[in-house]
Amino acid sequence: MHVPVEGFMYPNEVELQWSVLIVLYPFITGLVAGAFILASLERVFRVEAVKPTYRLALLTALAFLIVAPLPLQLHLGRPERSFEMYLTPHRSSAMAMFGFVYLWYLMGVLVVEIWLEYRRDIVQWAQSKTGLSKWLYKALTLGSYNVSERALKIDDHVGWIITVIGIPSAFLLHGYVGFIFGSVKANPWWSTPLMPVVFLFSAMVSGIAVVMLLYMLTCRLRRQPIDMRCVDTIAMYLFYTFLIDFTLEMVDLIHRIYEADESFRSLDFMVHTKLYFSQIMLQIGMGTITPLVLLAITQLMWLPETWRKYIYSSAGVLTLIGIFAMRWNVVIGGQLFSKSFLGYTTYKMGFVTREGLLPAIVLSLLPFAILYVLVKVLPPWHEDAALPEAAHGD
Amino acid sequence: MTMTRRHFLVLTAAAAAAWDSILAGTPEAAPSYNASQHWYGMLINIEECIGCGSCVRGCQQENGVPDGYFRTWVERYHVADWTVESPTVDSPDGGKHGFPELKEPGGKNFFVPKLCNHCADSPCTQVCPVGATFVSPDGAVLIDSNYCLGCRYCIQACPYGCRFLNPNTNTAEKCTVCYHRITKGLTTACCENCPTGARQLVDFKNPKDPIHDFLKTHSVQVLKPYMATRAKVYYYDLDGSVR
Amino acid sequence: MRDLRDAGHLLRLVAVFAVIFAAFLVVRAVLVPKGFGRYGHYRSEALAEIASRPIAYAGHQACENCHSDIVEVKSKGKHKSVNCESCHGPLAKHVDDPASVQPAKLDTTSLCPRCHTANAAKPKNFPQVSPEDHSGGVPCDTCHRPHSPVIEEAEAKP
Repeated sequence: MHVPVEGFMYPNEVELQWSVLIVLYPFITGLVAGAFILASLERVFRVEAVKPTYRLALLTALAFLIVAPLPLQLHLGRPERSFEMYLTPHRSSAMAMFGFVYLWYLMGVLVVEIWLEYRRDIVQWAQSKTGLSKWLYKALTLGSYNVSERALKIDDHVGWIITVIGIPSAFLLHGYVGFIFGSVKANPWWSTPLMPVVFLFSAMVSGIAVVMLLYMLTCRLRRQPIDMRCVDTIAMYLFYTFLIDFTLEMVDLIHRIYEADESFRSLDFMVHTKLYFSQIMLQIGMGTITPLVLLAITQLMWLPETWRKYIYSSAGVLTLIGIFAMRWNVVIGGQLFSKSFLGYTTYKMGFVTREGLLPAIVLSLLPFAILYVLVKVLPPWHEDAALPEAAHGD
Repeated sequence: MTMTRRHFLVLTAAAAAAWDSILAGTPEAAPSYNASQHWYGMLINIEECIGCGSCVRGCQQENGVPDGYFRTWVERYHVADWTVESPTVDSPDGGKHGFPELKEPGGKNFFVPKLCNHCADSPCTQVCPVGATFVSPDGAVLIDSNYCLGCRYCIQACPYGCRFLNPNTNTAEKCTVCYHRITKGLTTACCENCPTGARQLVDFKNPKDPIHDFLKTHSVQVLKPYMATRAKVYYYDLDGSVR
Repeated sequence: MRDLRDAGHLLRLVAVFAVIFAAFLVVRAVLVPKGFGRYGHYRSEALAEIASRPIAYAGHQACENCHSDIVEVKSKGKHKSVNCESCHGPLAKHVDDPASVQPAKLDTTSLCPRCHTANAAKPKNFPQVSPEDHSGGVPCDTCHRPHSPVIEEAEAKP
């Protein structure tokens, strides 16, 4: 496959090493971390208004977390050796953390929190359902049917502790990805101490946006009224988190332009040519400034409910596009220029290849399919579960 | 020392027998090889390089390097005026078949062979998640291709662009400073093939190594010293424009 | 936790995790390669595996052990430091079995220009010509002896 090169690149640099799948991976873990932070708003910080999204946020995080290792497996040259990261993790490598941080977050935080949250319902369903699902719920009870008030209080307390531990765990789950890029001194597009922080805040933004959109969508599908107090609150958190994210990215940009080190001219040229569409138009224009302006309008003045719903939906979708574009610009952008600062290459993305666009699309849709199953097995909505509302942390 | 043919044939037979046992899968270096007595690097003399590409071809022959990928390559620099900031650089097929004549006349022109710098503080080793790449006790940065996952983090971390993913094995690959040769007392394939002696293997721990004197009496540089990788490939006569 | 029975389900959860963790430790003990970590964070077996790769170029010492007559001629000329396999290609197989593995006959028309074609980037004092202008396509060894390339007056071929 002939790759067009402009200027000079070291001969081994011409072919990109990390593909669209490596763009997808931080996007997915970002959604996980962000969804979890939204859930923790209610659980730990007692933001009552967002309670309708609590269970949905947890299930969303789980659905995306299950898919997260898949783009990595598809990308590896030798995927059958991936378990080596559990056998001989190299402690100086940020990437070696992945296996353990992932496993900890999946099992020690998310699964435990979901189990504790749903345990009373699980016990009830194990006793009331029939057929195959009865056995599923029986297995999930781990053999304990104790749903006395005292047991539930213990669950609540332990769940609170798990969420508190879960917040830095979520930061670690996504922050280390930022560090993977930020610590590569060979690549000036990546190497900055701000990278983990920027990744984290953009993750929170994307996670909050996706839960907000899913909540609004599932309410429509279930023909239930959208709790506007909830959505207004989420949108407010989205707006302020996005402001911080935008500020951080601007600080990085202004700093680069001001210091203008040896890489600057090459990177500047790249942003204005090869990354013009994905960075200037998609990430900054459509994906950051537009949703910020839209959300700012709703924060600064009162608008009727319908208007707000439309603004939140469009801002949410644009936000997700913008955050995906940010991941693209970091990963792909970091490989388009030569480390000699004398040339540029092109990313040839295949379609039906192991690391092509088709697998990327399938992997992006898979979490929603998994979420659908999770929502059926563990319905987040109490009217479906036919149980009185549990009181949390009153 | 002169040797008669008969004398030599006897020795050859003995050497062949020893060689066989080496090739036959008793994976040993020459039996007397002690890794801790060596610390390898290389000297590249820009003044002598003629850009013939013999080193690139020799490396490919010796190591089975796939076409389109390079364990070593040669770059040609054309510096039109006094500024070091904007050289014109080319490396057609890594310089494997030499270079066509320059289009623009005048200015400073020279060749720069490049390879893995076998850094003592190697950033590629630092980022490998499983320990598939490492610095050997004798200073060679090597890849365990039976353990490498092909995650390509090391390729991203190398400031010099010397690594690639071998499309046949789907593992990372790069110059091994012909480890299989130097542990038997031979020099690397690139140094063996260089007709002008522009490339020379150095053993920093060998007091009798002839290159020590050169290094002590000439100005030498490493590529990208600000990366602080403690690179062990030294260049003599390296212009400031070299990237 | 005053009433442990009300926390029984948590103990079950911990037990499940403990079993999984123990299983992981067992699998790990079995699968980690034996030589791993001996010299550093890598498989020590890899050193021997890498060192045992077969050799393609024998190295000029091996050639010189047999072909001392050529060495004599070469050592007095400009190609003194040009190693044999640089022109003759990898010949470890020939050293292994000199009788049956013969080096290929070289074509000087394509061989010599690889180094000696004039190029502005080559060092000024390096002998370089434009092959067309210099010999008009005639093979280089018509006039030059490759092992000692400088044409002395006494030896100039007619």
